[in-house]
Amino acid sequence: MIQERRAIGVPVIRAARFVLAHVPDLVMSGSKPRRELARQGEVLRTQLRAHLRSFRDAVAYPPHQVLIGNQVPELLYEFPRPWHMRPMDNAPAVGAAGMIIDQDSFYAWLARADTANLIVLDDAYAPRIAAGLEGVRVSTRDAAGLARAVSAGAEPFHCDGHDGDVRVAGVVLPGHEEDESLRAPVLLENLAAKVTGALALRRLRDEVAPHEPVDFLLGSGEEAVGDRYQRGGGNLAKAIGELAGVRTPGGADVKAFCAGPVHALILAGALIAAGVHRRVVVVGGGSLAKLGMKFRGHLTVDYPILEDVLAGMAIDVVADDGRSPELRLDAAMVHRIEDGGAGHHMYGALAQAPLRTLGLRLSDVDRFAVELHNPDITEPAGSGDVPANNYTMLAALAARAGEITREQMPAFVRAHGLPGFSPTQGHIPSAIPYLPHAILGLTEGTMTRVQFIAKGSLFLGRMTGMSDGASILLERNAQFLRKGVTS
Amino acid sequence: MIDLKDKLVLALGERDGVPGPALEACAVSAGAKVIYSATQCFA
Repeated sequence: MIQERRAIGVPVIRAARFVLAHVPDLVMSGSKPRRELARQGEVLRTQLRAHLRSFRDAVAYPPHQVLIGNQVPELLYEFPRPWHMRPMDNAPAVGAAGMIIDQDSFYAWLARADTANLIVLDDAYAPRIAAGLEGVRVSTRDAAGLARAVSAGAEPFHCDGHDGDVRVAGVVLPGHEEDESLRAPVLLENLAAKVTGALALRRLRDEVAPHEPVDFLLGSGEEAVGDRYQRGGGNLAKAIGELAGVRTPGGADVKAFCAGPVHALILAGALIAAGVHRRVVVVGGGSLAKLGMKFRGHLTVDYPILEDVLAGMAIDVVADDGRSPELRLDAAMVHRIEDGGAGHHMYGALAQAPLRTLGLRLSDVDRFAVELHNPDITEPAGSGDVPANNYTMLAALAARAGEITREQMPAFVRAHGLPGFSPTQGHIPSAIPYLPHAILGLTEGTMTRVQFIAKGSLFLGRMTGMSDGASILLERNAQFLRKGVTS
Repeated sequence: MIDLKDKLVLALGERDGVPGPALEACAVSAGAKVIYSATQCFA
């Protein structure tokens, strides 16, 4: 029988999950600490180690509790900063929107993710994570063997020994003798992205419609997977799916710096609306390179090194289920080549313009999600409060449009903005950490619409001077709204 | 207050603060010549 053409449907965002891997010993493998350690050596290493957080501290950290859905973002307004001074008693490592795993669990997953057999664990360390290695073929060597591997180009990863000393927990071997793209540090970076993306996807699959097949995975992280002939060739999405244990989807990656996830959500929505797929999951893994990126600022003010977590995410986009918030594709917007790069140009194009096409004002949006960088991470490094700056720009646009007066701008920021609560993991803070909270607010709460605005720094790749950006509008489901009115 | 008239300006902007093009526009309007403009992402 000939199949009828699938009807064009309304896409909805059903769920989002975030996973944090607390990996304090990998802080030294971040790009900035690595470069500084090469210059300054052991004195700096000792200083860094003295400022690392415990897993318990990372779990009790209020912004992390917001990210995994145990607390609402607005709670952070009530907490005096810095937030690491306000640990939350008995905070769980698991929440409705995700979970936090410790370093040992992460290393076990690293071994599990290693399909090329390039990870070698220390033979004294491997038994410590044996429970996580069940069914995994793992190579081990003694400390001397690992040291020889490191001198031949392997990348070590460390742990605390039982005596409190730092020791090599294992190494990643180079993928090729001469290939810059397969150097061991590059492979560790890519494996870290694969693991954290897969853990988020597993969490989503286990908790949301586990028996409903995923048709397609859209990767949206900032890693570059490939060998010397196709640096950044990509499709980590499928590798993430394989590790997560999903079998049904195909996959591909969307690359757009920090704006990748929001671009991917627009494309996922379009694939659903066009009937190409029924369930698309946007995934992304964490950025090892960004660990300890702003450590200098943190040491200066005697904060712990707050960039000690890798973040992964998975976002479920499906056809209208009559409940989940609708992804308004008629209000999805991308920053065009002819659009300017200044703040008011960006927000004019990404926030105001799509709302105007629907006859809406900025004030008609309950909440805006912008770059949600945690200000405790950025301010000591001189980068300011990123979300606060961006909300001020939105308020200024509302004032210029005559929606509010200049005096009402702070109230607008408070009413329509959010405190930053995301680790500085590039594409992760780009608006999407608010998704679990927005989905709750647009279903069980009282919100009507939320706009997500992401920016991407294309100029960092030296191929253009342009910025980039994308935005989406989520609205309370029309069917759900009607049910709400009649019930 | 610095008089920028006829001065040569290097405009180093920040993506989430004041980006390069905005600095450039201000400097040009004050009579300066912008010889380099860039935006960085410090977040």
